[in-house]
Amino acid sequence: METNENNDHDEATSAHAGETSPATGSTSGHDGARASSNSDEGELYGVLAEFDSPGALVKAARKVKDAGYGDFDCYSPFPVHGIDEAMGIKRTILPVLVFCGGITGTFLGFLLQWYCNASAWQWNVAGKPVWSIPANVPIGFETTILLSVFTTFFGMWILNKLPQVWHPFFRLDRFTKVTDDGFMLGIEAKDGRFDAVETKKLLESAGAIAVEECYLDASPANTKMPMFIYGVIICTTALALVPFALVYKARASHSKDPHYHIFGDMDFQAKVKSDQYNDLFADGRSNRGEISGTIPRGWLNDDTSYAQGLENGAWITSFPTSVEVSRDLLRRGKQRYEIYCSPCHGVDGRGAGMVAVRSQKIGQGILPRNLVDPGAGVITQPNGQLFNTISNGNNTMMGYGAQIPVADRWAIVAYVRALERSQFAAGTDLTDAERSAAMGATP
Amino acid sequence: MPKAWFIALGVALVLASIGAYCIYHVVMTGIGAWGNNNSVGWAWDITNFVWWIGIGHAGTLISAILYLMRQQWRTSINRAAEAMTIFAVMCAGIFPIIHTGRPWLAWWMIPHPNDMQMWPQFRSPLMWDVFAISTYATTSILFWYMGLVPDLATFRDRSKTKLKQAIYGVLALGWRGSARQWHRYERAYLILAALSTPLVLSVHSVVSFDFATSLNPGWHTTIFPPYFVAGAIFSGFAMVMTLMIPARYLFGLKHIIKAEHIEAMCKVTLATGMMVGFAYSVEFFIAWYSGSEYEQFTFINRSTGPFWWSWLSMVTCNVIVPQFFWFKKCRTNPWIIIVLCLLINVGMWFERFVIIATSLSRQFLPSSWSYYWPTKYDVGVFIGTMGLFLTLFLLFIRFLPAVAISEVKNTLPEAHAGKDH
Ligand code: HEC
Repeated sequence: METNENNDHDEATSAHAGETSPATGSTSGHDGARASSNSDEGELYGVLAEFDSPGALVKAARKVKDAGYGDFDCYSPFPVHGIDEAMGIKRTILPVLVFCGGITGTFLGFLLQWYCNASAWQWNVAGKPVWSIPANVPIGFETTILLSVFTTFFGMWILNKLPQVWHPFFRLDRFTKVTDDGFMLGIEAKDGRFDAVETKKLLESAGAIAVEECYLDASPANTKMPMFIYGVIICTTALALVPFALVYKARASHSKDPHYHIFGDMDFQAKVKSDQYNDLFADGRSNRGEISGTIPRGWLNDDTSYAQGLENGAWITSFPTSVEVSRDLLRRGKQRYEIYCSPCHGVDGRGAGMVAVRSQKIGQGILPRNLVDPGAGVITQPNGQLFNTISNGNNTMMGYGAQIPVADRWAIVAYVRALERSQFAAGTDLTDAERSAAMGATP
Repeated sequence: MPKAWFIALGVALVLASIGAYCIYHVVMTGIGAWGNNNSVGWAWDITNFVWWIGIGHAGTLISAILYLMRQQWRTSINRAAEAMTIFAVMCAGIFPIIHTGRPWLAWWMIPHPNDMQMWPQFRSPLMWDVFAISTYATTSILFWYMGLVPDLATFRDRSKTKLKQAIYGVLALGWRGSARQWHRYERAYLILAALSTPLVLSVHSVVSFDFATSLNPGWHTTIFPPYFVAGAIFSGFAMVMTLMIPARYLFGLKHIIKAEHIEAMCKVTLATGMMVGFAYSVEFFIAWYSGSEYEQFTFINRSTGPFWWSWLSMVTCNVIVPQFFWFKKCRTNPWIIIVLCLLINVGMWFERFVIIATSLSRQFLPSSWSYYWPTKYDVGVFIGTMGLFLTLFLLFIRFLPAVAISEVKNTLPEAHAGKDH
């Protein structure tokens, strides 16, 4: 069990000799302090010195810095206290970046909520204002944290120039000790002060228990990316594009086939639907016609003026005799109108209902007719025709006969008439007495 | 050890498969397969959701808050506790997603342009939940992974086979343990800890808002956020101990997770248990003090109504059981601790059940009063999440460094040698 081994500090040191150096996977047989000059050894990358304790490493780091080196680094299994100062590492700007990330998160969080709920799709919740900050604080808070976390996490790796699974020092077997119990200091050859002999001397005098040169790998087999990796990249990219291509194709073409039902969505139920085939009956239809010589209760339409708004094939202009136009009827009509018609036609009948406003906004759908404006033509229609529109619909407006009983339809007709009158009343609609009362002082 | 591990994994997989089957059935049939009804619409599923999320919180508490407070003993358990957080959040997420009824449309909760031109309603606490939980899950995973990287590098450098070297090598991102890298790494760790602390408090507060912003008697109270957070830590610590005590023996971690660490956790559990008990009594007090007959009825009904048995289990397990931790014997004997911790987890489950079921089954309208009883699919899905949790935890403990190696090294005296130069 790994956990167990790794915490066993004593036996760890000796366990490494002859192991492969992992990140490169190379098994070249370096042994200890001297790197041999094999044919695959290229340029000198730098020297790596090992120290026996964190304290020694800190001392050496200070010495190397004081000697004027810049391109060097210390390596240890855990952050060694005091090393930042000894090496002269400047404080990272990460906290500043995180602060900026957090502020951006707050801003984006509120912007998102404002756009969604106060601009693009204004939810009316019990008439409360569409934009009220307190309700938006929790999400603003979460997005602040989220972006701060992203900045911290990714910022840290980017500033550290990771991931980089390959590094010249990984070629040295000794370097694998760094993640276990080794304390090392590496100086790169690109440093201006670097000198193959002097630098090593410096490290030795700083108390290194071993100093080793590190060469870059020169053999193309080890430095080039293997072909099969290119193959894998190309294949995965191609495969990743397939879903997008399918979506694109689906968007551009029409299909008469029903969509795939991965989830039933209650589309298939154990019941008979209208116009379906059904072998229960000889005619194979699931719709059953009316039984001849009978009609359903309440469906006797012998009074066509009442049931259809028709008399002798013409729309009636008044109300059927069985409908008594009264204050109660108007009240009922108002209530039904506001349920069934106002969402589209608006409470005042001018066509500014919620549905209409929304469809205008998104530029879709047909606007409902203005029911009250004399210019729109509904006002001149006979009552029977209005009744028929409610029952059976007109053009793109569907009929409401199935929802609204006949008596209520007449109530709505009466109320629509009242709406028209109340908004576009003419002077002639009043009696002389009423007119003079309305005009006030004039006798 | 591996034998015990394989047996445990086998059991966990069986439980997880039961859950998978039940989830399949519930998704395909609809949540009518559960015992939820018109009155008790949030039943076992939301209970389980809150329970799992609460368990997860202890992991963040240990990894972040104890880190900020420089409690060094946390290094022995923080890795495992963080893993527990992630797995618990995964289990928690399953429930609300299924509860949507059509889980394949759950992505509608993510704001995106669509041809219905509809956008989510951000003033709903359920949307706050979506953001809080997903932020929490993301942060927990990133924090956990970041902590893992130096240890994965250790695994990389110690593995013998090429395959392992390649896998751990890629996962370790090429970590070299350089001082310049450590410098930024330590800063980032501190910042993440500082960010996770308010985050974890906000997550359970938001979960409690799901209830508190409603007008339901028994839910509509301002005490909910702190009360929920205390309960979360309480149950989470109990869960950490339930997991770590066997792991200590099975994996020979006794020299790292020491007896005094366990004892410290027992004390935290006792303290948070007292807070939870206090919250219960405050709830009753406020119900009386408010003068609202509906509140009063709710609380009387809670303790004496048809769900009296769940209320009694809750009080026994959450208020009385933790009192045993006053005694040193109970804080040191692993068997006693395990039993007490299991009881606490049962109790915390009942707490959420009591809040949800008793309040919903007795709302303002007596005609819709009802009772709730789970079906086998309720039970199956819950058992399944336990199986999933155990499976993931067992895999984690086997294949990833279950103890934060570099952090433990960091607390050894040698690490501070450079300080006094
Ligand atoms: C879903 C929206 C909607 C609802 C609800 C609705 N209408 Fe309409 N209505 C329309 C639209 C759209 C038109 C225009 C149809 C067209 O010209 O294609 C219209 C047209 C009309 C017309 C004019 C018909 C004509 O002859 O040009 C009348 C009258 C009318 N509606 C009455 C009503 C009444 C009364 C109700 C309530 C029972 C009602 N509508 C409910 C959408 C609606």
